[in-house]
Amino acid sequence: MAEKVIAGKTVQVNDEGYFTDPSQWTKEMAAEMAKEYGIELTDKHYQVIDFLRERYLAGEALTIRRVGNSGIVDIKGLYQLFPGGPLKISSKLAGIPKPASCV
Amino acid sequence: MKKIVILGGGTAGTIMANKLRKALDREEWSITVVDKHNNHYYQPGFLFIPFEIYTRNDVIKPKSDFFPPGVNVIYSAIDKIVPAENKVLLSDGKILGYDYLIIATGTDIRPDETPGLKGRLWQKDIFDFYTIEGALALQRFLKTWQGGKMVMAIVDMPFKCPVAPIEFVCLAEEFFTRKGIRDKVEIRFVTPLPGAFTKPVATKMLNELLTEKNIQVIPDFYIERIDNEKKTLVSYDEREVPFDLLTIVPLNKGDDMIARSGIGDDLNYVPTDKHTLRARDFENIFVIGDASDIPTSKAGSVAHFSAEILFENIMSAIENRPMTASFDGHSNCYIETGYGKGALIDFNYDTEPLPGTFPLPGIGPFGLLKNTKINHYGKIMFRWIYWHILLKGRALPIEAEMTMAGKKKIEV
Repeated sequence: MAEKVIAGKTVQVNDEGYFTDPSQWTKEMAAEMAKEYGIELTDKHYQVIDFLRERYLAGEALTIRRVGNSGIVDIKGLYQLFPGGPLKISSKLAGIPKPASCV
Repeated sequence: MKKIVILGGGTAGTIMANKLRKALDREEWSITVVDKHNNHYYQPGFLFIPFEIYTRNDVIKPKSDFFPPGVNVIYSAIDKIVPAENKVLLSDGKILGYDYLIIATGTDIRPDETPGLKGRLWQKDIFDFYTIEGALALQRFLKTWQGGKMVMAIVDMPFKCPVAPIEFVCLAEEFFTRKGIRDKVEIRFVTPLPGAFTKPVATKMLNELLTEKNIQVIPDFYIERIDNEKKTLVSYDEREVPFDLLTIVPLNKGDDMIARSGIGDDLNYVPTDKHTLRARDFENIFVIGDASDIPTSKAGSVAHFSAEILFENIMSAIENRPMTASFDGHSNCYIETGYGKGALIDFNYDTEPLPGTFPLPGIGPFGLLKNTKINHYGKIMFRWIYWHILLKGRALPIEAEMTMAGKKKIEV
């Protein structure tokens, strides 16, 4: 576990940079973290992030397909929004743990 | 007369029918099982059919052999559940009322959900081994195959028996070696996960095992479609993997009856309390086995362990006592690794598979996360245990709740 300053606030993150306490997250932090991936967040990005947070907090397991079924964006579009690791990167920006497949 | 209806007479439904019939007075409670198929398949055995280790007869028996006397069995498809009226509508128009409903309709493969998968090459160069038809078609193909690029691919999580694809490539590797064509076969393992398995300690062990066998893992590959002309897998981020033989785990989904009833998630799994096993939205509906959305393996061992918990909780519900039994997600899987050896993993919601001994701490005889001959014998003996003890709901000398005794905590 480590501390990291994002958008001027100190938050708890794990070794891979995922939030350990999703309640510390703010929209501004997402925008700042996105820059590390060269992503400029649009409304579409935020809709995905909101969806992930909502479903995570409801205790649901998240998959790329589930985001693709959300009506916000299809899977192809999700890859374009978050190139290189759509669910891993979007989850990090959403301030929720790395999506662990539950076996 | 009060009524319990069990939808699905597979592993989970059959165990529940046996346990409940034994416990409940026949004058007071009727128990009805509904299933559309007459045959019970020993599904772990499908894996061995392509390599001619098991035949069709080793894995198939009539379902009726396993239901106890005093249980009504209806062989019919199900139209839908109407929870507001405590009713199940069958496809033939029959209506079943219930006081308690147990959903055990499982999960199934959906090759039609991936473009190009059920195309021209399906069961010609592309095979599943989750159906008897797929396993037998693959057996016929392998009899004469001279080698080339073999790809084992997984479409998405979750899927039934998450270790099966690993076992499949290990057994295939041995099969080609024995046939003397191993040097003509390139084996690749394509997965949407970041590694061979989901949990870190087991993934490290299994990645090493596959590397040792010269099987290449291609991680983070999310299949969009199959190109039948070029014979390639195409991912959403436009990578391609060529194949001559593709063995695949298609998308898994729960029964369409769940969707028609309006009680499932986007993959037709029923939202279920992971500890009590009661449907989250309905007081008198319980869900067991692959049909639920609980975050553990879709596997027979989970159905078996959770049956003990579900039995306790249904008895509590019937007798108006609070439900105190709590499922911990316990799963236990043998992993065939080829050449007469096997590995074993034992885990639950909170504890990932760890090395150690099982079931007796320090003694075994089975080694956890170790590749041994005795683990393989465990898997082979298990088929007998399954038919003769497990389905009948009789006790096995393994606790429903996972234990840390005999396990070593390690850091990756």
